[in-house]
This record gives sequence, C-alpha cells and structure tokens, in this order.
Amino acid sequence: MLAWTIYITFFGVLVLMLLPRDNARAARIVALLTAIAGCVVAFAGAIQQANPGEVTTIVKVSWIPSIGANYYLAADGISLVLVVLTGLAAVSGILFSWNIEKRTKEFFAFYLALIGGVYGVFLSFDVLLLFVFYELTIIPKYFLIARWGSTRKEYGAMKLALYSFVGSHLVLIGLIAAWVVARGQLGHASLDLIELSKVAFPIAFQHWVFPLVFVGFAILAGMWPFHTWAPTGHVAAPTAGSMLLAGVVMKLGAYGCLRVAMVMFPEGVRMWQGEIACLAVAGIVYGAGVALVQRDFKFVIGYSSVSHMGFVLLGLATLNTIGLDGAVLQMFSHGIIAGLLFGVVGRMIYDRTHTRDFNDLETMQLGKRLPFAGVTFVIAGIASMGLPGFSGFVAEFQVLMGAWSVFPKLTILSGVGILIGVAYTLRAIQKGFYSDAPPKPVDHAHPLEPISMPERFGAVMLIGASLVIGLFPGLLMNWIEPCFNSPLSMFARLLVKGGSQ
Amino acid sequence: MNHWLTILTLVPFLGGIVIAGLGVERKNLVRGLALATSLVGLGGALCMWLHFEPKSGGLQFVEKFDWVPSLGIQYFLGVDGLGLLMVLLTAIVTPLAILASWRMDDRPNVYHALILWLQAGLFGTFTALNFFHWFLFWELGLIPAFFLIKLWGGPKRGPAATQFFIYTMVGSVALLLSFLAIRLATGSFDFIELAGMAKSGVLITKLQAAFGWKNIGLIIFFGAFLGFAVKVPLIPFHTWLPAAYSEAPSPVTMLLTGVMSKMGVYGFLRILLPIFPDQIRDVLTPLLWLAVATIVLSACAAFAQKDIKRIIAYSSINHLGYCLLALFAATAVATGVNNSDLQKAAALDGALLQMFNHGLTASALFLFVALLERRSGGLRGLDDFGGLRKIIPVFTGLMGISIFSSLGLPGLNGFVGEFLIFKGVFPLAPWAAAISTIGLLVTAIFLLTLIQRVFCGPLNERWAKMPDLTTAERFLVLPSIALMFVLGIWPQFILGAVDATIMKLVQQLNF
Repeated sequence: MLAWTIYITFFGVLVLMLLPRDNARAARIVALLTAIAGCVVAFAGAIQQANPGEVTTIVKVSWIPSIGANYYLAADGISLVLVVLTGLAAVSGILFSWNIEKRTKEFFAFYLALIGGVYGVFLSFDVLLLFVFYELTIIPKYFLIARWGSTRKEYGAMKLALYSFVGSHLVLIGLIAAWVVARGQLGHASLDLIELSKVAFPIAFQHWVFPLVFVGFAILAGMWPFHTWAPTGHVAAPTAGSMLLAGVVMKLGAYGCLRVAMVMFPEGVRMWQGEIACLAVAGIVYGAGVALVQRDFKFVIGYSSVSHMGFVLLGLATLNTIGLDGAVLQMFSHGIIAGLLFGVVGRMIYDRTHTRDFNDLETMQLGKRLPFAGVTFVIAGIASMGLPGFSGFVAEFQVLMGAWSVFPKLTILSGVGILIGVAYTLRAIQKGFYSDAPPKPVDHAHPLEPISMPERFGAVMLIGASLVIGLFPGLLMNWIEPCFNSPLSMFARLLVKGGSQ
Repeated sequence: MNHWLTILTLVPFLGGIVIAGLGVERKNLVRGLALATSLVGLGGALCMWLHFEPKSGGLQFVEKFDWVPSLGIQYFLGVDGLGLLMVLLTAIVTPLAILASWRMDDRPNVYHALILWLQAGLFGTFTALNFFHWFLFWELGLIPAFFLIKLWGGPKRGPAATQFFIYTMVGSVALLLSFLAIRLATGSFDFIELAGMAKSGVLITKLQAAFGWKNIGLIIFFGAFLGFAVKVPLIPFHTWLPAAYSEAPSPVTMLLTGVMSKMGVYGFLRILLPIFPDQIRDVLTPLLWLAVATIVLSACAAFAQKDIKRIIAYSSINHLGYCLLALFAATAVATGVNNSDLQKAAALDGALLQMFNHGLTASALFLFVALLERRSGGLRGLDDFGGLRKIIPVFTGLMGISIFSSLGLPGLNGFVGEFLIFKGVFPLAPWAAAISTIGLLVTAIFLLTLIQRVFCGPLNERWAKMPDLTTAERFLVLPSIALMFVLGIWPQFILGAVDATIMKLVQQLNF
C-alpha cells in the first residue's frame, strides 16, 4: 500500500503537466489533493504495518538481473516515520505556497516530483533503486530554487546541485566497490540491501569505503564542514523549497548514512565513530554560533538546521539503541519544526514585508501587526530550542542520553550548542517580532495582508504534529524501537559490540 | 484513583487558553474569568490542605501511570507536606497578582493567560515526581515569565527578559544533562526511587560503573546544582535577578519572587538533598560559604540601591539565602551535637516556613510597590518620596507591617522561620550561623532606611494630594497582612502539616 505514495505523487505530476498553463487555481488544487492523498496513504499504510521491527516487502520485481538490481520497495519502522514526515511536509509546503502566481503549474509539478523522489528513497531496499530516486530529487530541487527563489538564487541552486552531485559520486564509487566485493563473496551479483547487510566486507576494505559512502550522504545531511550548501540553498529557495530542503531533503542524507553506509559497513562505523561525533558536535556548536550573528532572518533558520542535523549525526555516531532512536526521532522532529520556521519566515513575513533584514524588521512591530505569525514563530522557536512538550525535546534528550555513555565530553559540549540555540532563537523572536525599536511611519503606510487560511492550516498542522509527538513520543517510538532492538533486524550487526562502552 | 492534582494543574492551563481566545476587547470579562480561575485553584488547594493527612509524612493524592515506558517516563504526581505547602503558596499569590494588575489595559487577555499558564507551570513543578514530567513544567513556567517581562515590563525589559531566560536555561541544560546521565546509569527518572538508590549507595556505584570516572558523582551533582542555584538564586548566579525583578511589572514580580524563586529551593529540597546527600557533604564548606556570601552580600547590595524595587529584589536573595543555609547545614555530619536530628529538623522546618513566609511577605511588598507606583506615576526611587506617612497613613501602616515582617520582628511571620533556621544551624555549623547574623543586621538597617526615606521626614510637596488606600485596595492587602500575624503567632498551622515530611527527609539524610 505504501508504494502508492510514490505512484500517486508522480501521477499528480502528470496531471499537472496536462493542465492548461493559465489555470493557477486548478494547479494548486490538484497539487494539494495529490499531497493529501499521499499523506493519507502514508498514514494508513504505516498504521497497517503489523510489525514495524521487520522489513515488510511491498513489491519486489527483477529489474536488471545481470547486475542483480531489483525493483524492491519495502518498509520498516524507520521508513514509516520518514514517510509520514514526508506526507506532512508535502501538504504543509503546498499550503504555504498557495500564493505562488508565477508559472504555478510548473512549480507544483517540480514540487511533487521532488516529493515523489523522496518517498522513493525512503521505501527503496535496493541500493540502485535508492540511488536513482536520490538522484531524481536533485533536478526538481535545482529548478525550484533557480526559477522561483530569491537572493542569489542561481548561485544557491548551483551550489546545492554541485554539492549533491559530488556527494552522490562519492556514494557511487563506494557502492560500486562494495558491489564488486560482495559479488565475490556471495557468488552472484546483488544490490539487495538486506542481502548486502549480511555480507562481511573485509575490515580493511570497510575502513576506506565507509567514509566515502558516509560522507557522500552526510553532505546532504549538512554535516560540518560540508554544510555550506545548506544555508545558501535554504535562503535562496522559495518558501516551500526551503521547507522541503530542511524538512525532508536533509533527512535523505541522514537516512542514507544510516540505511546504506552504516548498515553495510559496521566495522567502518566503529572505526570512524569518534570522528563523526566530533564533526557532528562541531556542526551543532558552529551552526548555532553562526546563526547567532546573522542579519538575514532566513540565514538564522538555515544555520539552525545545520545545528539540529548535528544532533541526528551525533545520535547515529553513538551506535547504541537509544542514540539511534533519538537520531531517527530528531529527523522527524526537525523536519516538522524547520518546515514551520521556514514557513513563518518565508511566507508569512518575507512575502508580505519583502525584507528579511533584522534592521528593517525591527522597526515593523510585526508582533502586533501579524499576531498569528508572531505566536506561531514563538511556538516554533520554543519547539526548536528543545523545550519539553515538543518533539525536539524527546529527540535531543535521547540523542544526548545515548551520547553520554560514549562521548561524555562531547555531550557536555553539545549542551553549549543547545544554549546558543536558545540565544539565537530568542534573538530572532526579539528582533523579528517584539522589538522595542521605534516604528518608522513609512512601514505602516502599507497595511500587511492578513494571514490567510491555508497558512493557518499549515501552521496548526505542524505545531500539532510536534506537540503530539512531544507529549506522546510512544506513537513513533513504537515504530522506531523494534527496528533497533530486534536481534534479527538489519541493524543488529551495527549494535552488537562497542555499543555501550 | 483520584485526579485532584491533574485537575488542579489543568484548571489554570485550560483557563488560560479560554482567556487568550476571548480577544482584546472584552477586558472585564477577561479579568473576571482570570480571577475566577485562580480562585478555583485556591479553593482546590485549600480543599487538599484540609484533606491532607499530616501524620503520615508520605506522598498523598498520588497518581501514577505509565507514559513512555521505554524511556522510563511515568505520569507520576503526588504531594507531601513540602509540595502541598508550595501549592498552597502558589494558589494564594496568584489571585493577589491578578487583582494587583486589575487596571492593566494592554492586551489583558494575553497577559492573564500568561499568568495562568505560569501558575499551571508552578503547580506542575511542585507536584510532579518524575523528572521528565517535572522538567516539562519547570520549563513551562519559564516561557510565560519571559513574555510577561518582555512585553509588559519597564524601559529595559528586553535585555532583562533575555538575561533571565538565558541564565535559567544555562541551569536547565546542565540539569538536563545531569539527569540524562543518571537515567542512563540507573534506568530511572523517578525522584523517589532515585532517593532510595542514593540512600543505599547504589546510585553512585551505578554512575561510576556507567562512566568509569571517579568523580562522576560530583560532576553530576554540580550540573543539577547549577540548575537550582540559578533559579533561587545563590550568589554568584544571581545577576539576572535584580534586572528581571525591577523591570517586570510589579504583579508579575509578585509571582516571580513569591513563587518562582521557590521552585529553586523546592528543587534543592526535593531533588538535591535526597539524591545527592553525600556529594553535598563532600563540598559542604564551600556550599555554606556560598550561602553565607549570598546572605551577607545581597543585604549589603540592597543597602546600596536607590530603587525601591531593587532593594526588595536584593532582600529576596538575602531571605532565600537563609533557606539554603539551613538546607546545607542539615546535611552536615553532626558529631558531638546533642540531638542532631532535632537540630536538623529545626533548620529544615525553619527553611520551609521561611519559604512560605517569604512568598507571602515579598509578594505583599511588591504589591505595595505596585500601589505606590500607581499613585506616583511609575516613580519608585528612594529619594522621590518623603514624609508620606502624613498623607497616606493607612498605606504607611500596612506597608510598615510587611516591612517589619520581612525584617523578622517577633510576632510576625518572618521571625519564626529565621529563628528556627538559626536555632538549627548554630549547633551544626556555628561559624556560618555567626557570620550570617551580619545579614540580619544589614537587613534591618536598609529596611528601616527605606521606611525613613519614604514615609518619614519632611513631606515632599509633590505628593501632597496622594490618595490613601481605597477600600478595594485595603481588602486586597488584608489577606496577606492577616496571614503575617496568624503565622507569626501560630506557626503550628504550617509546621503541623510539614513536620512528618521533614522528619522523613532528615532520616533520608542520615546514613
């Protein structure tokens, strides 16, 4: 059933392309209906899955037998979490781009193509298929930014595309090498992730292949020091683009790290565990520190994404159950919260004021003039700081708990990162909405368009998701935990030794 | 299964949501509803006080369910004498704060919603017994307080609110990291269970086993300590307080000083003392020095202030310093002291009384400052007034009572608490008690100076037409003043309820 998320979304792209060019309204509605259908299917499929701890095959058809490639879609609990996230992000992104007037139909076609690719990555259990979907997302990303973006959009789009390609090539080199070695061991060609996860690659081989594949994916997860595409890309992208980039595209990278690099090369992870954790914490602290001094509102959120993705990577590097649980939960949580933050800044503020410079925003008294935007940003900011009651807290809390046992000193350092996070969020709330700077009369000359219904729906949906998971993390934990706990799962090898000490 | 505590916490929370939704226009409805909600809270707290069984000293009104079993998180509520006392204090101060801000016209719906959420956060903090659940409310209290200062405060509210928030968060993050480490080592977030482990020595063994560091106990203790020390605050973690208290609107300051500062002391009593008695004992001398420094230096700082609100703010630090002095002294290994348990119990009894009394008195003082500001158009410098007793005698008399209560005059509530604290601390840590008496002296000096400069001396002609307390205002201050006398004369009202709890705590501290 979950496979239909992919098919429905691509079908939506097809319908959009057939629509007449000037009917923007129809394009919006088709896109929204497609996204909602995808989201509903994602939820229904996820709830139906009886045993989230095991990989449940959805479809497996031979594709290119000579290299062992299958059209193999399947899902375990981790896929479920991310598929549901994609569904939510897709719907909210469309609600926040309801006002796109320029080439509406193409915009939503690219948008849905990106979403379809993302669903594909999260459901693929064939390395080649996963890689194809992964590459597929680069193209719509590029066009969404280059055509509908703002502030140095060509530069941002090109930088993102180039970084993605470099990353993919590292991954590709690693995977080809792994394929060759695996064929030697298995006696037949295979690209099946589950099969590959059982191959014992020679340790010396893992030591050099693992960093290639891991870094290749981690570039897209915004791992420091390969993160620089993220802030510029997020800033250049249109609102829905940044929501998707931060919300789901960065998760593609983290997901690849976990599902491909770490599962295939467990010895490699153990070898590089400390280095990954150091880079992750560097990202947490550096991203937060840079966010603290930005003048552009969107850059603050962009760098905060780097910081929060650092927690995902830190969780992955712990190699213990609780840290990995936290990493996956943080992927979900950050997807929701970052989407919301970008929605507020890009759609509610920038589209109305046409500025994101704090010096201008300070004089606009937006807290009073757009109270809904103000309150939404405050709630999103609180969630992003990692205060209890919201999803960010339960996620970071597990990551930190997992990290305590392996990297106590780094854990304390990442506590500093959280504090800087509080500081930049407060600064953004203060400068963006509730500044005491005297208002300029010019700004009040044009009344700001009130917050529209789609924006309200989108915001309430995302806040609700973060709150529900914050208060009842069990809803997602029931899917995530069995994946890491079961001794039969593909992650078992990762956790066997070197887990807690 | 009873749900008293859940309901008690939910009432202000939901009330706040309803009030926020009413809109800016219906001001009187908003105020009335806010007051009604807080009175429901007060009624609930009083009912619980009456149904509380003081003899047992154990937890009552307990609610315990699994919440997130895989993370060891339970929905665990309950109060003993300590928790109930704090709940009662919160329930008393909140309606007073709402009444004190009756004429506030700037977005009253949001303002009152925030006050009620703050109250919900406080109720939650004082009743939750599982770290996750407790931390939720601990932070929930912080956000409304931040916005109350940020949006309704005085001229320097921005920096004051930010400083307040960041300082508290530094403490909170340290606290969080400590408890994550504890959870990792023991698998439990349950305060009661952890206290049991600490008593049997399992806690420290498990921590050392999990981390392999010899000093891990102390490191974890310092993380948690920082969280509470900032909140109380203890010198040198206090620098956020004068700015926050003086910039916040006075009714909000009533809540900040009256109840929020007690969150810190409560944390010490509920969490640090039972879970880390050995660690406190290890660093007892420096801790006592910190408490003594807090008492003496804050009194001296108050003496140097010109702003009435800042004077009372510093005197708050001073008063809570006595509580901490008592708490630290109660962990001392009392060799050669007769009846050391009795002395410890006296010190802790005094600390609890002092918490309640300070909440009552300091909030009353800030209430008087609010009333004075209303008359003077916001002026509150020590030198802006003079000779007011001739113009507003009733005001002078009642505020005078509160000041004397704060100063510890026998017959009023402040005396009993401080007396018990010194009685308990003297045999346990004589030098600390001796130096702290300087604090008592300086407090007397600056509070008397306050009376002299504001109410006595030649009349400042500018205020010749200042109106005295209206009937409504008299009724507003009456409950606090009455309680000051009642508790001064009959402290058993509170001691009776907390006695058994204190004895249990003392047992916990002995090894």
